[in-house]
Amino acid sequence: MDGNMLVTMFLVAFVLVGGALVFSHFIAPKSVNYQKFEPYECGIPTKGVSWLQFNVGYYLFAILFLVFDVETVFIYPWAVVMKEVGLVGYIEILIFFVILVLGLLYAWKKKALTWA
Amino acid sequence: MPLDIYDFSSFTQWVHQSLDAVMSPFWVITTEMVLVGLAFLTFYAIVGLMLVLAERRICAFMQCRLGPNRVGPWGFFQTIADLIKLLFKELIYIKKADKLLFNIAPFIVIIASFLALAAIPFALGLHAVDLNIGIFYIVAVSSLGVIGILLAGWSSNSKYSLIGAMRSGAQIVSYELSVGLSLITIIVLAGTMQISEIVELQRDGWFIFTGHISAIIAFIIFLIASTAEINRGPFDLAEAESELTAGFHTEYSGIKFAFFFLAEYMNMFIVASLGATVFLGGWMPFHVYGWDGFNAIMDFLPPFFWYIGKTAFIIFIIMWFKWTFPRLRIDQLLTLEWKYLLPINLFNVVLMATLVLLGLHF
Repeated sequence: MDGNMLVTMFLVAFVLVGGALVFSHFIAPKSVNYQKFEPYECGIPTKGVSWLQFNVGYYLFAILFLVFDVETVFIYPWAVVMKEVGLVGYIEILIFFVILVLGLLYAWKKKALTWA
Repeated sequence: MPLDIYDFSSFTQWVHQSLDAVMSPFWVITTEMVLVGLAFLTFYAIVGLMLVLAERRICAFMQCRLGPNRVGPWGFFQTIADLIKLLFKELIYIKKADKLLFNIAPFIVIIASFLALAAIPFALGLHAVDLNIGIFYIVAVSSLGVIGILLAGWSSNSKYSLIGAMRSGAQIVSYELSVGLSLITIIVLAGTMQISEIVELQRDGWFIFTGHISAIIAFIIFLIASTAEINRGPFDLAEAESELTAGFHTEYSGIKFAFFFLAEYMNMFIVASLGATVFLGGWMPFHVYGWDGFNAIMDFLPPFFWYIGKTAFIIFIIMWFKWTFPRLRIDQLLTLEWKYLLPINLFNVVLMATLVLLGLHF
């Protein structure tokens, strides 16, 4: 039953967007103007390619995110069974958290969290 | 149980049995899928239109203006008029843009918001799916939207779009951690991820009251982090109007632009619903443990109104944020997440676990 409903949601969203796009395609006006199809850049012609490499100052955050997100996934199951596993689970997760925080402190100390 | 008179599942069961009496099982499922789909489509459209209007009215109220008030009573039909206008606008395809990805991007953001909406309980027994990993599912699905944003920014072949998409990616993935961890705090308290059970556990008091100081910290962090995750001011760097025109959807026109706009508002509705459900009891009326007479009086208001009231309250706070605080810089934004919210959050989860272990929660 749950799977059916999720498929329904997917299809409804698909039909909503697709239907509106097709509908708009038929009723919207079309006019050809060379300038209109230029990428917007404050009214002046674009210089160079737009798909260029640039220094993303926060790529280190993306790497850190990978580490922390995976570790968050490990915390979810513990959170659910927290009451059953009791003190043993608590101490174990505490060790896990200490390792996690040490990693964060290391990144902090290495200035990975500072704008480059 | 006075609440049982509002149980929606008796209605859904009645529909199921009536359909079962006249059709084969395959057609029963198909009809139900169509009915649920139409219901969600209507709900989605109404909520989207109302939120856009509410935003404009609240913004006007905070800036001592009137806001839209010409089309229909109190401007109710303003958004519908805008929608019709956007349908009639030309769909511009940018030269050298990646057409396939350019078209797929609005699909992805809308599909992500629909899938997340499916798991929200609107009233007693009124939900499309009730997964045993409910919260995890919502967190997972709502983060799919960022793929749509990155695709939109990349495929537009515009520098503004690309910068906006990259910023948005860094911001959403960073703040997802805080949203996840603040929800984990409550999962520790509840001991389950199934949303119907989480609401049921709040029968003797909402988690924000029963969860001690830890739940309050988690709620505040959830509010800040979810505001950032849905790219709303003061964290709207992805579409900083004054510097990037519109960020990742600069090159989108007409109805495709409307879908990005709609998805943004629906994501706001989803995080507000999630916050209301997890911290403020969802559809559960305001109960205090032991005050049976008071609880019985509270039960008279139907659960759906409690749910909508709490969601509207959180939405109002999020809108209030936008029109009160100035926008942050990208490095300030990332500093806030990684140097403040994340360590506080990690500490808070441990604090909540300690409280639960010692039985100190109410």
